[in-house]
Amino acid sequence: MKLPSASGSTPRPPTLSGALSPIVVLDRVSKLFSGHRALDHVTVRIEPGEFVAVIGRSGAGKTTLLRCLTRALTVTEGAIQFGEQDLALLAGRALRNHRAQVGMIYQQFNLVKRLRVIDNVLVGRLPHLAGWPRWASVVGWFPGSHRTIAARCLEHVGLLDRAWQRTDSLSGGEQQRVAIAKLLAQEPRIILGDEPVASLDVVNGAMVMETLRRVASEAGVTVVTTLHHVDYAKRYADRIIGFRQGRLVFDGKAVDLTAAAITNIFGESPSGGERVGIEPGTTAEWAVS
Amino acid sequence: MSEAFTAIHRNAVGTLPARRSEVGRSLLATVAMALILAWAARVIELRPLELLRDIGNVGVFLRGYLNPSFTHVGEYAWQCVVTVCIALWGTLLAALIAVPLGLLGARNLSPHPAVYFVTRRIMDVLRAVNEFVFALMFVTAVGLGPFAGMLALGIHTGGVLAKLLSETIESIDPGQVEGVAATGAGRLHVIAFGVVPQVLPNFLSYVMLRFESDIRSASVIGMVGGGGIGFFLWDTIRSFKDREAATVILLIVAMVMLTDVISSRVRRMAI
Repeated sequence: MKLPSASGSTPRPPTLSGALSPIVVLDRVSKLFSGHRALDHVTVRIEPGEFVAVIGRSGAGKTTLLRCLTRALTVTEGAIQFGEQDLALLAGRALRNHRAQVGMIYQQFNLVKRLRVIDNVLVGRLPHLAGWPRWASVVGWFPGSHRTIAARCLEHVGLLDRAWQRTDSLSGGEQQRVAIAKLLAQEPRIILGDEPVASLDVVNGAMVMETLRRVASEAGVTVVTTLHHVDYAKRYADRIIGFRQGRLVFDGKAVDLTAAAITNIFGESPSGGERVGIEPGTTAEWAVS
Repeated sequence: MSEAFTAIHRNAVGTLPARRSEVGRSLLATVAMALILAWAARVIELRPLELLRDIGNVGVFLRGYLNPSFTHVGEYAWQCVVTVCIALWGTLLAALIAVPLGLLGARNLSPHPAVYFVTRRIMDVLRAVNEFVFALMFVTAVGLGPFAGMLALGIHTGGVLAKLLSETIESIDPGQVEGVAATGAGRLHVIAFGVVPQVLPNFLSYVMLRFESDIRSASVIGMVGGGGIGFFLWDTIRSFKDREAATVILLIVAMVMLTDVISSRVRRMAI
């Protein structure tokens, strides 16, 4: 593992450089939950470095797709190729290695609230520890090189001065940026987002999306994230895939997502004219942390 | 008043759906409870009138207690210190027992349902068997004295703390654990970073609460040979040395109050 130079003052991605995302291929993937098809013959190929937004109504299969990619779920039919690896074949240590390669970012941040900010970033370093530091880390001791990496990741999201604070003393937007710092420390080969901005207000949501976009494009890492707001998807994603009742009904560039395509994905809203989830802030403003 | 509201209030046409009356159920429960209590009163020979009639005897009995003797107060005070030491080590042993049992006996962390089941049953046994019974067993094993008492307290309280810990673990936020597990961290790391920070304050608080209650248990465990002040309590009461017994009881009350105050102070400071 490369150590970051101690001097470098310009914030640049400290650890993600050199991470190369694999090609992710879903081949006629179906996932059944007691007869219900959450994913229905989904075929999609995601190229390295793409920023993909996944949109669709609740229950359309977005989260199921993410959980299949982390191998929290195993597909019922078809196969997912993660580079050379068939995800269905993973078990034990290989499965943990796969999880180390997948960086997750969640709606509820999923940081350990009572830990200090820097410790949550250091959690991202856990899979990189080997030998006795692996054991020492159980009581909270990390080698200096790893602490430096964590500090630089925190600096990269502009929260270095919060390092010693308890994580739950930060605002929602700040916590999500800590989660991004943790991602940077983890050096994943692909980033998966599960509604990363759904519980943030518009300003913080935009800031988190921009941070995510920036670190991903600088490092060339693939991002696949579900997004509630079509507007966010159009603004930040290279590519949008839309699900309706488990089926892939849209796959294209953000500019190609026409009003008709949106209606096809979301259906008509009860009030007729307005479509679900288009205006940013219509629900986000209610959910300020 | 806005007309829109008035319209809503007036235009309602539906009525609330019918609800089943609960009077019958409450009545049945009350009668059943009364019957059970009446039966239990017969079983325990509950005779409140006799207590009133014989209240004078209590007065005779109390007279000795109003005049405590201080001839052996030094010995009794030392035995109180022994009692606190029994509780201290007993609680530490209990905490050490509780950690592995609590981890294996928490549904969300247990490696296998069978492990969960067995661990739960072990906890049940430890809790179900009173510390006095354990003390009697350990007295035959390691002989009379504080060591037997400490082992008995530790084993029993270990079961109690293990149950409290496993239930605390079962109620943690799974999202925070997932956040650690999703990095590909191993089981030990997931526990150290995702679980421990969430349960530690509660667990420490439980340990200190149990320490307070262990002091109370340790103060009587000497009755069955487990060491500490309990032996003298038993001995003085049994041989009708009312003045000595009064001293012992006063010391126990003082000890329990003092340790409670100190322990709750420490608890508030630490957590």
